[in-house]
Order: sequence, then structure tokens, then C-alpha cells
Amino acid sequence: MTVVVRWPGSALPPATAESWRADVLARLRGGARLVTLFGRRLGDQVLLTAVLQHPDGALHVARALALADTGYRALTAEHAAAHCFERELVEQTGLPLTDHPWPKPLRYQDRDQAAMADHPFWQLQGKEVHEVAVGPIHAGVIEPGSFRFSCLGEQVHHLEIQLGYQHRGVEARLLAGDPRRHTPLVETIAGDTSVAHAWAFGAALEALADVAVPAAAVAARGVALELERIAMHLAGLSGLATDIAFLQGASSWGRLRTTAINTSMRLCGSRFGRGAVRPGGVRMALTAELRAEVAANLRLLQHDCAHVDDLFFGARSATHRLRGIGTLRPDVAAEIGVVGMAARASGLALDARTAAGGIWHEVPIASVVHADGDCLARARIRADEIRASLAWLSQVLERHPEWPAPPPPLPSLAPGQFVVAIVEGWRGEVVHCLETDERGRLTHAKVQDPSLRNWLGLAVAMRGNEISDFPICNKSFDLSYCGHDL
Amino acid sequence: MNPWRSLRVRRDQGWQYIRDVRAARPAGFVGLPQIAEGTCGAGCQACADVCPTQAISPQPLQLDLGRCVFCTECVAACPEQRIRFTTDPRLAATAPDELQVRPGDAADRTRVRAHALFARLFGRSLRLRQVSAGGCNACELELNATANVNFDLQRFGIEWVASPRHADALVLTGPITATMADAVRSCWEAMPEPRFLVAVGACAISGGLYAEARGVQRTFLADVAPVLYVPGCPPHPLTFAHAILDLLDR
Ligand code: SF4
Repeated sequence: MTVVVRWPGSALPPATAESWRADVLARLRGGARLVTLFGRRLGDQVLLTAVLQHPDGALHVARALALADTGYRALTAEHAAAHCFERELVEQTGLPLTDHPWPKPLRYQDRDQAAMADHPFWQLQGKEVHEVAVGPIHAGVIEPGSFRFSCLGEQVHHLEIQLGYQHRGVEARLLAGDPRRHTPLVETIAGDTSVAHAWAFGAALEALADVAVPAAAVAARGVALELERIAMHLAGLSGLATDIAFLQGASSWGRLRTTAINTSMRLCGSRFGRGAVRPGGVRMALTAELRAEVAANLRLLQHDCAHVDDLFFGARSATHRLRGIGTLRPDVAAEIGVVGMAARASGLALDARTAAGGIWHEVPIASVVHADGDCLARARIRADEIRASLAWLSQVLERHPEWPAPPPPLPSLAPGQFVVAIVEGWRGEVVHCLETDERGRLTHAKVQDPSLRNWLGLAVAMRGNEISDFPICNKSFDLSYCGHDL
Repeated sequence: MNPWRSLRVRRDQGWQYIRDVRAARPAGFVGLPQIAEGTCGAGCQACADVCPTQAISPQPLQLDLGRCVFCTECVAACPEQRIRFTTDPRLAATAPDELQVRPGDAADRTRVRAHALFARLFGRSLRLRQVSAGGCNACELELNATANVNFDLQRFGIEWVASPRHADALVLTGPITATMADAVRSCWEAMPEPRFLVAVGACAISGGLYAEARGVQRTFLADVAPVLYVPGCPPHPLTFAHAILDLLDR
């Protein structure tokens, strides 16, 4: 879903930081949800933007100018879900915030690794306390990040996750050159979420260029997005099975992922859905031969996944290992702003697809919610979402058997506009906000991967668990490092 | 665990192993490009203009596999249709110059020079330590896939290890972020000799889409030159398999 807010490039927002803060808090107390919050430096002022979603699904944008040396009292003090946004705000704009309970750099942007050596990890005091430091390089073929466990014996009392090792400077890169050519870059923001990011970015550009995407192209995007979801859920389940030494689950879900990503490759040339989405439409051809091949692959996935699910979730050795481990209670998940499949596994019915219109309206997808919030719930939800996506794909491919040719280049972008686009990727909502200046050039690109918010969910879920539970908790959330670090 | 369910899954699984990784051609894969011989229109540089990574130099037309992210924008842009991509996964090279694709290159041009010393030292057992320094998790997933039931590189004695102390080669992905620059160096220094460096993916080889990004710091590569370059965005597991097997002369 996208929302366009016309924002005259020369006019300054009427609100001050104080009235903006009061307005945002009032809306949050009224049941709205914080979607994103960020700032941009304008001389000695900072332009603040908060995007909220009201209970009816409508998005609201609140903007204000804050004085760069005065700042405001952190929303986080009263609304914990703002924690990561306000840490980022301070890091990116230098705006001083008071009363933030966790005022430390989010990703050590524009600094080198030496600066991270002195990261002020939270410390637990006591004679029996010991700390375990892991990272930034981990014992596997995986991205880097730093984990600091404060333990009493085997029990983890607190985990702090410090990231930033993957910070490449995506947002600054998006402002260089013609944004309409940036999709290949956007596809690498979080490489396992290429389609969702490309779609969100494309949708934002299309809103700025006032271009409508043909219904069949939206359907084709949906196909690429759900294939990405299925593939990554299979990868996650395979990893989870590996971590509990359930080898048949590991190898079977693993090879089924191969089928899913090879299906994407047949459609767009890439096992990661790269090239599938381009601003204005899609760049995938669906020939009769391909239609048959895709349909056969979907049938195979449907058939074989059902058997592996039965085996795994019917095995007490597997469910016992996952049940009650890494529990994130629904109220805590809501309080800290967890999104996507992790939120749905903790009982929160948050899914941008249900309100997105287009193909999601034409063929609604069954959104799955589980209540338990533990590793088992996060495993089950992935198996259930695979099933829902496979059923959805079969219907959509039947209704939209012809996909349009690649789109012509987008016309130029309208000046003085601010746009928000949200796409429900496999981890959760991917949010892209773009703003143009009075000449139609991008002045701000704000990229948000669901991982930004969900890493704290993992940290909180680990409390009270044994340190040996960490691998399965980590895998069950399956978060992106580069998506967080940008 | 219910044995009947287990047997049913086993029956579905069948035989997933790619018997001959050297002969396999991934359907639909955007692999080795070919540039047709011929001449470009006067002053035409349409391909270079659309390329997101400056992988193409026009007049005479040449494509750098180390920069290319295989987006195929250049194919559509070329008015003479001189560029096309095959499904050939053999993309790797042992020298930067070998990464250049030129008009009329032979389809089986050798870009990886097998090395007798490498073959002798590592031909029967090669241990790899992977470090991601700004990789987007696509390269990492494909490298993980080399060990899955389909590609199964362990059959050649090639394995991923957790400790740099156990590793013969450092397999680097990502453009090297400033915040990982020290970690990459300490990992390399922790590896016993003989050791070598493999650069995987456009980011690691050339910086790729992040060549000019603010958070990138590539001085490590000025001190340690990769022995093997494995192009792609990300490289297919078969691309990686060919690269290593060619280097080891297997
Ligand atoms: S396929 Fe490679 S050479 Fe062609 S435009 Fe894309 S990155 Fe450049």
C-alpha cells in the first residue's frame, strides 16, 4: 500500500517539535501504531517525520521542524516502540533527545570499527554473573553482528545485540544518480528480501511519477513476492531443523527451497527474484511452457511440504525442543513494536497484505496468527504461511496467466512530494519513504527493513532462556543484519 | 518420530544430488555473457549508460564480470543486440584481466588457471572460512547452498569451517564495510599459512553497487590480492563449484 502526501518543497511544516510530540503521543494512545519515524537535517533545524497507522488501517503523516540544538523529550520514554527510530534519529541528525533510556549509536554510521570496540554494553552486576561475547564474525556462513549475553549460570538474564557491521551507506547511495535506475541497488538492501524492497521502492517512485501499474503486473509482483516468502520460510525451517539436529527436516525443506528459488529463476533469471520488479511494472515473461513448469513446481511444493510438515510437527522430539522456548508475549511484542511474521506468531494480526488492495483485494490471502509467541509458534507460522502462499499463487496464476511486457522508463518525478510505500515482505513490513525537492530530485530516501524493529524482539525473547537456546531463538526470528544496518 | 511419515518424506526426497556438477546448466540462469563481433553505432554508449556498476566500457565493447550484477539492462539497451547472456555458470577467473569479456570470446575460454601447487596442497581437502563484510545475505545463502543436498561440495573434500585457524582459504563477500575492516584483517591474520583469499560476488571483487558508498573501506584488498574471483550478484552455487574445482584442477 502506498500513501502520497503532497508536501510543498518550500513550505515549512507548521508544527513545532513539542506540538508534534504531543500529537504523535495522543494518536498512539488512541490506538494508532508507529510505522516509522525519522529526521533530516536542514541547516540548524531537523525536519521530523512520523508515520502512524490508525486502527482502521489509514496512514497518517505528522511532520515538524525541531531546533537542532534543542531537540525534544524522547517519545521512547513513554512509547517503547520508538526506541530504534529515535536512536537512529540522533545518529543521523545529531538532534539531542532527552530521557531516551538507551541513548547509544544504532549502527556506528560513518565511523570505523575501532569506534565500536568501546560500545557501552549494558552490564549486569553481581558475583555470579558472567558475560558471553559473540561476534562480530560468527561460526557459520552468515552476516556479522555482536551479541553480548549476561548470564547467571546457563540462564540468560539479558542479551544486547549491537549491529552496524554491515552498514554500507544505502540511503546516501539512493540519493546519487537517477533514482529510477536504482532498483538493482535496492534489491541488495537485504538480499533475501529483494522483491519486497524493489516493490516498495518502485511503488514509491510510481506514486511520485503518478504512474499506475497494470493489474496483471501487480499480480506478477505478488507472485514474485510470495515465491520469495515461500523460499525464505523454507530456508528458515530447514535451518531450524538443522539447529535441533532433525536432519530429515533440514534436508527436505532445504531441497524444497531449491525448487522455490529455481522457480523464481525461471521467471526472472535470478534465484533471489532480482530483475522481477522494475518501476512501472515487472520484467518477467510468463510463456505457456513456463506456466506449466511453475504450476508443476507449485504442486510438488504443496505435496511434499505437507509430508515434511506432518513429520516435523508430529515429532515430539522436535516440538518439545521448540515449545515454550524464546517466548515473546503479545503485550510485549506490541509494546516494543515487533512486526511481521514474528508479531503474528505472538498473536498480533499485523499484515500489510490484508489492507493493500490490488491483487490482495482481488484474491485475499489467508493471514495466519498464532498466540504462543515461542519458537514453535514461529516455526508453525512459517509452515502455515507457505501453505497459504502456495494456495494463493495457484489462484493468481490462473486469474492472471498473461503478464505485461517490461514497462517504459518512468516519467520525471513530481516536485515537492513525500511518499510512503509499505510492502509485506516475508519478515514483515518493508517501508520506503521518498521525498522530492522543488525540482523533482530526491532529497530524502528512508529505507526500513522489518529487522530494524524485530532485533529487540529476539533480545527480549531470550530473557530467562538458556544460552544454548540462542541458536534456535535466533533462527526462529531469522532477522537481517544488512537490512538493519543499511 | 513416526517411521511411516519418515519413510514417506524419504520417498518424496528421491535423489536430489546433482550427479555431475560440471555438466549441470541451471535453467533460466543469467550466466556468462557473450558479446557478438561487429561494430557499434557512431558514438553509441547506450549499454554503458544503463549499467548500474560501470561494468561496460563502450567502443570497443568490453564487459567486466567483476563489476557486473547480471541485471541484463544492457541487453535491452543495445540497439545492435550485441550483448546476450548464456546460462553458462563458469564465470570465475584467477586474474582481474581474465574477468573481461570481449567480442568473440571463445565459449570455453579458460579464465581460471589451475595451479599445481594448489592442487597438491588442497586438491584432496580444502577448508573454507567465510566472512561477510557488507554482503546482503544473497552471496551467503548461495555459499551455504554449496553444502546442501543438491550441490554437496563435501563430496570433493571442500568444507566450510567455523574457525579461521582451521581454514585454508578466506572466502570474502561484501564490499568490506568500514565497520568490518578490522575483523576481516584479524580473521586473515588468524589463518595459518599456506592460505589464500577468494573474492565472491560483485561487491567483494570490485565494490559492485557499493563501489562509491560511504560506508565502504577496501584497503585490505590493497594488501592481500585474491587468488580467485567468483563473479555474480550473487554467484550461483555452480559458479562457485566450477571456480574451486578449476583452481584445484579437479
Ligand atoms: S548486466 Fe552487467 S554489464 Fe549489463 S547493465 Fe547489468 S551490470 Fe551492467
